[in-house]
Order: sequence, then C-alpha cells, then structure tokens
Amino acid sequence: MEVLDIIKPENQVFCKSQLMTDTPLSYCPGCGHGTANNLIMEVIDEMGISEDTIGVAPVGCSVLAYDFMNIDMTQAAHGRAPAVATAIVRTWPEKYVFTYQGDGDLAAIGTAETIHACNRGENMVIFFINNGIYGMTGGQMAPTTLEGMKSSTSPYGREIATMGSPLKITELIANLPGVYSVSRHALHTHKHVRKAKIAIRQAFENTRLKKGLSFIEILSNCNSGWKMTPNDANEWMVENMFPYFPLGDIKVEGKLKV
Amino acid sequence: MTEEIIIAGFGGQGVLSMGKILAYSGIMQDQEVSWLPSYGPEMRGGTANVTVILSDERISSPYLKIVDTAIILNQQSMDKFEASVKPGGILIYDPNGITAHPTRTDIKIYQIEGTKLAAEMGNKKIFNMVILGGYLKIKPVVKIENVIEGLKKSISERYHHLIPLNLEAITLGMNSIVPYKVVEPVS
Amino acid sequence: MSELKLMKGNEALAEAAIRAGVDAYFGYPITPQTEIIEYLMTARPENRTGMVVLQAESEIAAINMVYGAASTGKKAMTSSSSPGISLKLEGISYLAGAELPAVIVNVVRGGPGLGTIQPSQADYFQSVKGGGHGDYKLYVLAPASVQEMADFVEDAFDIAFKYRAPVLILSDGLIGQMMEKVILKDQKPRLTDAELIEKQGNWAVTGKKGRERNIITSLDLQSERMEARVHRLQKKYAQMEQEDLRFEKINCDDADYLIVAYGSSARISQKAVELARAKGIKVGLLRPITLFPFPKQALFELANQVKGILSVELNAGQMVEDVRLSVEHKIPVEHFGRTGGIIHTPEEIVAALEQKIINNGSFRHHKTRESSIL
Repeated sequence: MEVLDIIKPENQVFCKSQLMTDTPLSYCPGCGHGTANNLIMEVIDEMGISEDTIGVAPVGCSVLAYDFMNIDMTQAAHGRAPAVATAIVRTWPEKYVFTYQGDGDLAAIGTAETIHACNRGENMVIFFINNGIYGMTGGQMAPTTLEGMKSSTSPYGREIATMGSPLKITELIANLPGVYSVSRHALHTHKHVRKAKIAIRQAFENTRLKKGLSFIEILSNCNSGWKMTPNDANEWMVENMFPYFPLGDIKVEGKLKV
Repeated sequence: MTEEIIIAGFGGQGVLSMGKILAYSGIMQDQEVSWLPSYGPEMRGGTANVTVILSDERISSPYLKIVDTAIILNQQSMDKFEASVKPGGILIYDPNGITAHPTRTDIKIYQIEGTKLAAEMGNKKIFNMVILGGYLKIKPVVKIENVIEGLKKSISERYHHLIPLNLEAITLGMNSIVPYKVVEPVS
Repeated sequence: MSELKLMKGNEALAEAAIRAGVDAYFGYPITPQTEIIEYLMTARPENRTGMVVLQAESEIAAINMVYGAASTGKKAMTSSSSPGISLKLEGISYLAGAELPAVIVNVVRGGPGLGTIQPSQADYFQSVKGGGHGDYKLYVLAPASVQEMADFVEDAFDIAFKYRAPVLILSDGLIGQMMEKVILKDQKPRLTDAELIEKQGNWAVTGKKGRERNIITSLDLQSERMEARVHRLQKKYAQMEQEDLRFEKINCDDADYLIVAYGSSARISQKAVELARAKGIKVGLLRPITLFPFPKQALFELANQVKGILSVELNAGQMVEDVRLSVEHKIPVEHFGRTGGIIHTPEEIVAALEQKIINNGSFRHHKTRESSIL
C-alpha cells in the first residue's frame, strides 16, 4: 500500500484544528505547546464560540500563541494576563475569555495577578502550561523546577535551602473560594489528550454558565530546555513531574477533591 | 471684592467644613471660590488648615502666604499664621488653650470664646459655626441667606434638620465676638 | 443637565469620567488621589451608565486591566500618584507600543522614593520624555483648576482615540485636593457594544464575528516591521505637535519678562504676575496646557520680546530644560522652584524673578548654574 492510499478522510484519526492558522509552529519539535494550542482551538471550534472568544497570550513561549490561534487575541505583559483578561471579562461579560500562561509567567512574576483574578472568581479560563523551566529564554530555573533539576540558573540542581521548593501554585489556587474548577493534565499520550479535551470543554461550559474561574494546568515536556530528545523528555516527565504534580481533578464544581 | 482667609486649628474642630460652608456660600452669591486644605497625616489629630478665597474675579493662586483674615483656633496655628495676616488685616482667635496671645499691632485682632460657648450650648460640633458667626460679624462677606444655602449644599440631606441649630450658633457667634487689644510688654 | 458644584479636583475628575461615558476605571489607592476611586465606588456608576469600577491588587494590575479593556476598544482609565505611576510605566509603554487608547491620571506627590504626599511637579521628565522603555511619548495634559480636572477627561479620551495612544493627565496634590466651582457637563451615553464594534471593529479585539481576527500586540520580532511601527508612532507624535498643542498666554503682550509655569505653579505664578505688575514690573505668564506637545514656537517667538524667562516648577528644575531648548539660548532662562512638598508662594516667585532674571543681567545662561532651588 502506498502512502497516498492511507491518507484519506475515512482513515483520519487526528488533524490540525480549523481554528489553527497555517503559520508553521515556532515551538520546538516535540514540545507540548503545539498540542495544547491545537486542543484549545479544537474545543472552541467544536463549541462554535470562536467569534465570541478572546484569548490573552503573555510572555514566554506562549507569547506567539496569537500567530497560531486564529481568533481575536491580545498580547499581555509578562505575568499580567489575568489582569488583562479580568478587564475584558468585566467589560464584555458575554465573551469567552482565556489566558494561556507558562510557569514563569503565572507562578513567578504574575503570582499576584493570578491569585487575585482567581480569588475574585473572574468568569474565565486560565490555561497554565507547566514544564518546570523557562523555555523561551533558554532554560532558566522556573518556580516549578523540581528539586535537584538542573537549569542554566540552577546549574548544580535546584537546592531547596537556597532556592525554595517547586511551587504547587495550582493546589494553592484550588483553595481560593472564587475558583470553580481546577484540574491537572498532560498531553503525551492519546488517552491524556482525550482527558484534557474533556476538561477544556467543561471549562468553557463553565464560562457559558457564568460559574467563575476554571483553571487547567497542563504538564508539558520541554525537550530543548531539559536537553533531551522528545521521547526521553516525556519519559522524564512521567517519572519525575507526575509524582510531584499528580494529574487529575483538584477541584470540581467548587468543591475540593480530597 | 476678594477675601482671602486662612482657617487653622486642630483636626476635628471642623476647620475644613467651616471653609467649605464659606466657599459654598460664596458660590450662592455668584462668586469665584477656592478651598485648599492641608492634607495627609496632619489631619489625624494634628493641625488642620484651609485657605479659602472668595472673589468677584477669576482666582489666580489658591495657595497664599499672606491673607486678609486668619481665623486661628489653637496655639500651633497662632505660631504659624499670625505673621500671615496682611498689615491692616484681621486675626480672629479662640483664646481657649492659647498661651501666647497675638502681639501684632498693625492688624485688627478679635477674640471669640467658641469652645466655651459651644460647650455651654451643649454641642461641641457647632463650635465651627460659632466661629463662623463671629467672622461674619466682623467681615460680612456672605449674606446669611447664602450661608443657609451653603449649609444645605455642603451637609448631607439627613442633617438638614440641624440647620436651625447651626444658625443659632452663628447668631451666638455674631453676638459674642469682641476686640482684643494687644498688651504692650512692660518695659 | 449641566450642574454647578463645589468639588475637589479629584472628585470632579471622577464625576466627569462617569459623565463622559467612560467604560471602565481600574485603580489602586494612593495619596493624594485616593478620592478618585473612593468617589467612583460611592457614586455607583454601574447603575448610572454601566461603567465598571474595580480596585485592583496593585498599580501594575490596574494598568494592565486598562490595557485589557483598551484592547477591546473600551474607554478605560486609571489614576495614581508618583510611586504608583512608576509601577505602571511598563504597562504604559505596552499601551504605546500596542497603539491602544487609554487615559492615565497622575496626581503628583514629591519624590524620589516614597518622598512626600504633598504636592509636587517632579514627574515632569517622567511624563514628557516617555518614562517607560522604548521610543514613545505620551500626550500630556496639565490641568490648573478643578474645572480643567473635569474637562480634561473627555479631552484626553478624544486625543487617545484620535491617535490610538495613551494620554496622561498630569495633575498634582494641590489641584487634586483643592475645591473650586466646577460646571459638570451633561451625561453622555456609553457606546453600546454594537456601536463600539462598528467604530473600533477594524482593530479592537471583540471576537472575530463577521471579520478577520484582530490581534493586539506590541511585539514584532521582524526588525523591519518593528522599525515601521516605531516610525508610525513618531508620525503620531509629530501630528500631535501640529494639531493638538495647547497653551495659554496671560499678560504677555507688553511683557518685558516671562514666567513659564504649568498646573498649580501656573496658578501661583499668575498671582506673582499680579504682584509684580503692581510693583511696575511687566511680567507675562505662558502656561503650557499640554506638556507634550510643548509650546516651543510660542516661546521661541517670545524670546524676541522678553529679556529673560523664569521657569517656575515644583521641582528641582525639569521643564526649564525644554524652555531653554525652545528659546535656543537666545535669552537667559532660569529655574525657580520648591521641593519636598513645600509650595512656593507668589511673593517668593516675584523675589526669584527679581534676583535671578531682572537683577542678574550679566550671568552666563548657557552654563550649568549652581542649584536654582531656593
């Protein structure tokens, strides 16, 4: 059988969302960002809300998300996406608003904006891509860098005594009364992608029903930053990230999972 | 006509609101007005002062060092503002708590026992209205009907029933202000 | 119906914002401008016009909220005082870079650092020379009365939307805290979402219904495109200088000497002019109403008429540099100002004029002189 015999609509199991632009992804090959971008667009497209959705992309690898997500988007200053999105939600309460932030953005420089937008229960979705490193600037230590993990600014491994523990900001946020739903996902297998997709859909449904803030953390590899092949990076993520940042629901319909 | 006034005393004496009532009264008779307070931590129990200008013309500087009239309600303000009165100008003060009385001989000085009178009336809050009455007796820059309108504008409606009490205090002040003669130091 | 009131500058500005149909205010308390957010929270504008008022978690969050609302075409504003404005500068630079209309109010207090809460004009450089990073400028309006605090809100939004650029209202503690008569304009309706999309839909992010998507960003990693963007900004600034310069000349026709002052200093200087003229000194006052654009040409022309200029500012000497540049060193230009929260009196200004300008004909004005502060 020739290749072209296989590439037929009836055989298709995966495709780029129609809501993704044709701009080639600038993410590193093997990086989880591409899958996350595509998945969010897929859900927005399927829900038929693309004309009423406004996305906010801040600084980091997510800065160019607007090159790929074919919807109205605003680029925000480093860490400030939740504040930017707050104003959009408040002045356009019928729109679907989301932020798409990395770990440095959301859990370091933007901690205040993140916590306060969550605490106010703004009716929006926050996507938090956690790969434990600053990818865009070339592999520096992030607030979520694991203990002992090497980065260009923790070259001998993260030392808890001087650099603090990896920040579980998602668990912290889940404890805020204004937050409606919190879950943590990964996108390295089909099974995980399908689970994440259900959660993303639920998050935008929450917006539609004015339930308040939905927070979705997505663990991702950063093969460039971690200096591994994509496969090795995924394996490393499963072995090292999952135990510290366990997957699953953390808060459902306003109630913490015990 | 332009009248430039500094009112100075302790925070809580109603210095700022007295200035505000005066300014609103000026507006009621179509005058230009400005009201410039001292602000910040000074307000919290410390000294408070406000510069009020009423004029028939556009007011240039709302901030002044030299004024036509100084109304002085505590010793710290006496120390600071006695020198601010123009030669030939007016200084009105409440002797309550004053240890060093004014000494200038090139201005007209008046005393009004505002603290004592307000206490006798059984309402310390109308202290500033007693003082205002005294001032208006010496300098009738605003008509009493405009003061009533000014009061209506500057205090919230639920306190409008207190306007007659305020007027009573103003009248009391008018009847109680007396000239003060500087005692020349014995040589 | 327009309405005559006695109001503080800060309160007048807040009420005028509601009446101008502003969509959103985001702020954080700081003396001496806190009355703005207090007034807005008390006035319940959400019931009057649907205006959104939100106390942010910081000045940084507040300016980024302004950025968010502005990126959707809404009329959004914030206010703060000097240290808070320093925090907002990153966001202001982003607003300029992303070409967003917004209004920022600075009710200036003295610095540097925490400084004092008393009035000051020490943020002149920060306001007119950009302030934040990058090649941008702000259109800067300097109110000198409570009436102008009210009127400039609408003026500022007109300019902000004309150029799609951030506009700064540079006030100070004196103008913000004092009360004067103010005539408040009639209530203007806010734009409906449909009207907004009709007017701003060609650039604002409102959801891409019936059109190609819009993107708001200040980033361009392609250098030639980024340079083109910087040039586009500079063209706006040149156009502002051509079309939207504002200043006021008082008693300048027969003046032998000139005072240049803005905001509260202009008010106090006006009294100084009265005092000086009473003494027989012919002094005029030029009051820049916009600090950028600056009245360069008017000053250049006056330099042919007057013998010297005193720049009166509540700072250690900032605007004086622009005055000197404007007159191209043709005549002596000196600075006078108080700092630390002390306000110069009209008498002090007259004395400074006599000492530094009138009786000091032989000094070499092009050299840096010793401190010009009293």
